[in-house]
Amino acid sequence: MPRLTRWFVRTSLVYLVAALLLGAALPWSVGSPAGMPLRAVYFHLLVVGWIAQLIFGVAYWMFPRGPAARPRGSAALGVSVYLLLNLGLLARAVAEPMNAASPAPGWAWTLAASAAAQWLAALGFVASIWPRVKER
Amino acid sequence: MRAALLHLALGFTLGALLLLRGGWALLGDAQAVALPAAWLLLPAHVEFLLVGWTVQLAMGVAFWILPRFAAPGPRSPTAPPPSRGNVAPAWAAFVLLNGGVWMVAVAPLLGDESALPTAGRLAELVAAAAFALHAWPRVKPAAA
Repeated sequence: MPRLTRWFVRTSLVYLVAALLLGAALPWSVGSPAGMPLRAVYFHLLVVGWIAQLIFGVAYWMFPRGPAARPRGSAALGVSVYLLLNLGLLARAVAEPMNAASPAPGWAWTLAASAAAQWLAALGFVASIWPRVKER
Repeated sequence: MRAALLHLALGFTLGALLLLRGGWALLGDAQAVALPAAWLLLPAHVEFLLVGWTVQLAMGVAFWILPRFAAPGPRSPTAPPPSRGNVAPAWAAFVLLNGGVWMVAVAPLLGDESALPTAGRLAELVAAAAFALHAWPRVKPAAA
């Protein structure tokens, strides 16, 4: 299993535990300004942090390989996807509830940055895996 | 698989627009009204990522990796490669799933909150059944 896959898979497991912890705490947030944003964060920790990240890691590992010189494509692109996805998701997990609880331009810009980072991560993953979707 | 990747890119693009709208709302009315209809994109964001990306990826990988059917007769280098069986239901699932996803996704933009989403979900249901029809016989011991 390549090192990048280990990062993806282990991080996805951490998100799974974190999401379920947050899910257990959600009932206490009902009625607070951050209640709905926390619900959105919970859902995205599960769907992006766990499921999508697990898929990214396993696809990087298992999909048909390319030429021997670079069988899994650009390592730098893979690492960039990992960093952008996780920094973006963490920024969102903090900024979205804070934005709702105490609105400030700083949180707005953090949300914008997190949106851009996660978007770039998705595009980077598509670019890295697209050439490996082929007949085997 | 490529359709799943396209839905991943589209779904994250819509998600980024929704998140940007949430952030920009703080920066003043001018920016907040820049994307007034962004919430109409929420069903498309959810549908693209849950069904168009995740479900379709699972179907694509299953189609690729489930055990195949060996040609009858003794094994030899000249024997035809193992087959995936009847692939027509899998192709039907592909068409129906993607059609269903787009019907559900565009319904809010067309102001249709009942007929089109229902038709889309039914198409997805038939797609799931068609895919199960294809995959069912392939769930077997590898050598069978």
